[in-house]
Amino acid sequence: MKHITLLLSSFLFLFSACSPKPLEPQTLTILTHDSFSVSEVVVKSFEEANHAKIVFLQSGDAGAMLNKAIFTKDAPLADLLFGVDNTFLSRALEADIFEPYESPALQEIPKEFQLDASNRALPVDYGDVCINYDKKYFADNNLPVPQSLGDLIKPEYKNLLVVENPATSSTGLAFMLATVAHYGDSFTDYWRALKDNGVVVVDGWETAYFTNFSASSGRGSQPLVVSYASSPSAEVSPSGESLTASILGIDTCFRQIEFVAILKGTQHRALAEKFIDFMLGKQFQEDMPLQMFVYPVNPNAALPDAFTQYAQTPPQPATLSPDEIATNRDEWIRAWTDVVLK
Amino acid sequence: MDGCCVEVDMETGKQGNEETRRQGILESLSTCIPVSLYASRTLLWLLPLSFLAILFFFPLSKILSLTFNLETLTPENLRIANFALRFTFYQAFLSTLLTLLLGLPSAVLFARYDFRGKSILRALTAVPFMLPTVVVAASFNALLGQRGLLSTFFPLSSFPFTGTLTAILVAHVFYNTTIIIRIVGATLSSLDPKLEQTARSLGADSFRVWWNVTLPLLRPSILAATLLVFLFDFTSFGVILLLGGSQFSTLEVEIYFQAVRQLNLPLAALLSIIQLLCTLIFSILYSYLVTRNSPQLAPRSTQNRKPKNLREKIFVTTFLFLLSSFFLLPLSSLPIRSLFRLDADRGQRGEVQYGFTTDYYTELFINRRDSVFYVPPFQAILNSLTYASATVLLSILLGFPAAFALAKPTRLEKILDPLIMLPLGSSAVMLGLGFIITYGKWLTSPLLVPFAHTLIALPFVIRALQPAIASIPERLRQAASSLGASPFEVWKNIDFPILRRATIAAGTFAFTISLGEFGATLLISRPEYPTIPVAIERFLSQPGGLNYGQAMAMASILMTVTVTSILLIEKFRLPNAGEF
Repeated sequence: MKHITLLLSSFLFLFSACSPKPLEPQTLTILTHDSFSVSEVVVKSFEEANHAKIVFLQSGDAGAMLNKAIFTKDAPLADLLFGVDNTFLSRALEADIFEPYESPALQEIPKEFQLDASNRALPVDYGDVCINYDKKYFADNNLPVPQSLGDLIKPEYKNLLVVENPATSSTGLAFMLATVAHYGDSFTDYWRALKDNGVVVVDGWETAYFTNFSASSGRGSQPLVVSYASSPSAEVSPSGESLTASILGIDTCFRQIEFVAILKGTQHRALAEKFIDFMLGKQFQEDMPLQMFVYPVNPNAALPDAFTQYAQTPPQPATLSPDEIATNRDEWIRAWTDVVLK
Repeated sequence: MDGCCVEVDMETGKQGNEETRRQGILESLSTCIPVSLYASRTLLWLLPLSFLAILFFFPLSKILSLTFNLETLTPENLRIANFALRFTFYQAFLSTLLTLLLGLPSAVLFARYDFRGKSILRALTAVPFMLPTVVVAASFNALLGQRGLLSTFFPLSSFPFTGTLTAILVAHVFYNTTIIIRIVGATLSSLDPKLEQTARSLGADSFRVWWNVTLPLLRPSILAATLLVFLFDFTSFGVILLLGGSQFSTLEVEIYFQAVRQLNLPLAALLSIIQLLCTLIFSILYSYLVTRNSPQLAPRSTQNRKPKNLREKIFVTTFLFLLSSFFLLPLSSLPIRSLFRLDADRGQRGEVQYGFTTDYYTELFINRRDSVFYVPPFQAILNSLTYASATVLLSILLGFPAAFALAKPTRLEKILDPLIMLPLGSSAVMLGLGFIITYGKWLTSPLLVPFAHTLIALPFVIRALQPAIASIPERLRQAASSLGASPFEVWKNIDFPILRRATIAAGTFAFTISLGEFGATLLISRPEYPTIPVAIERFLSQPGGLNYGQAMAMASILMTVTVTSILLIEKFRLPNAGEF
């Protein structure tokens, strides 16, 4: 009997979820990736000010989400897309899925982040993909921390590095692009050397960080992992010391900039514009760092203590122009796969 | 419909006689099957087929016809397909073989013997089925990794686990043994003990009894279970991607890669079609191998007993040890990890950070970052249980009529039989894309979640029920009717006791599939109704010991919920069916 009551109530609960209520606020749907997060207060403040309801559709990681948006461009699933980064920006622009919007808020944003001149995609945050190291491991083994990409192929660092497959992970793609930026066409030789030096390749960041990285709670086997410059701020012990740090050598990090864009075919263009302005404003920008471990593009946004204390910014992150990435990305990934996985 | 009846009668009757002669023990089948049961064949198929048509065949054929074209058949693409297909076969074959090696004796262990902690152990074997792959990877790593539990006690025993074929095989056995235990076990514990007793009294030794009596009787359920295990291994995705590392690629992984990463939908469509065709071939092969006359099972009183002689004791002890270490050790690493900080050997002031903690659990209840995506644990449990209950109800509701029709097949069923297995062999990615183009914005309806779960659960439910339904001796039904029993009384006293175990097995599958299903929930991905696996995934998508600990705590909760639910499901009994 209990079962039946439970089932009945659960069905009522399900059905009630879809019954329309009168005078519903306008709904704004945002397609985004799984790592997206934002404070409830921040969303509420926008919803109340604009009599709107925000729905977030999380659809896999950045690459998967973008492809879903391209695939559904004739009948878009959402009004806005957040989270396409500079490694995938050109694919999105080529597919012609965005409507341009020259937000007044862009005036405050440094030009270096505004990669699309016609403002079809607007920068929101940035972060650096960097190699994190396990402080304890290097201290215990009296091993100097590697300082450059070149150091990683030295025999003393054999079997110590875990990376993500650039074909299946945005993080892995960013690191591969750093090696392309540094070594140019001979980046495959570098990867061949890395492979000979026992680099471990896994499918994605979660596995690399929580299963393979020795300083994470997963107690893996590799003391070097491709992660983010901001990750050490999450590994602070109760004594107030971070257990990890990032290697900030020349071209060891790759800068990722994330963008927001209005999807073509939206029925709520005005509201979508308002939300973009809101995302670039101080409240949203100051909320992001602790939600997503990224840096705000708005220089007026203050950084939280954890960031100023533990997260580091690389002095010279590697970059490649979105056009160059767009032209070669698939070819580079194929070359990488042939060298590293076959 | 009368025509159908005659056709079936002749066929089953004939085969039944051959079988009888060969085995010398089975009684011949009845010669007529009540028309009433089959007159409503169309009615039986109406619900399950419309369900499959709307949620499976329509969206899938839409996406395939939209994306597939013959120009895809280039040598390069065929090379990719061939490469993936060969590895897919290879690992699925090995995995299934190993799963059978562990699963069949375990099924005997659970169906025949009594020992302490039996129900808990049996429930535990079903837990991996619903654990997210990330968590399984983490738990094996916590056990076998370079700094895992094993290496703490035996310093030299650590070996690389992830990134090897061994990891894939072990994980597949870990996931799928429960299928064999449940499906074969359900039949085994319903076998009429008289058959074996008769054989023994005729002078057969234990081995001959097994080989000539028990195994042939188990054949349909072994085949059904093997097919399910093989299809699961064949379409394996998470295990290959997460545990196998990047050098291994199955068809399903390649489809995901081509569709989601490369947006090369024509190639993804080609690979999907190859995978579907393989599934179809296996299912046809299965239908061909399963004899039409399934063994006749009389409801029997319990034969569970403690092991008597030395050989039995050795068997029970060995497999108890094997199963416990294989399932308990990796699974127990989750609650251990959720209750202990393991940073003792790190940091300059290590001793401060070490020890027992309930922080990870208490932290679950706090929305520390005030995130929109925060999931209160009870809400996640409630959502998961709601979806799971709806899935059980829905899949039993749809599975029963289909299994009934399939149990006494006509020409129609011979065609439909392999088709209903196809949802297991279709690529989740392509089906997801099919959903998107077919149903667009409906995707955001939470109602779709139990429907999507049912799609995966339905083939299991049907395969679990079908051998049991086919095994009901018609002469018992007839005898009861002729003695004046009403159709309901017949059902209650004849059908129900035989079907109870199979229904419980089917329900358990539907339940665990729904609890652990993550893909379908993600496809719909509304933050309002997150399930436990979604919550786990959210914790693991960000760095930090606290996130890891909370993921382990959530996984432990998922495990507890599953074990409790399975124990409750298995306790489910009606007054007149006291024995278990």
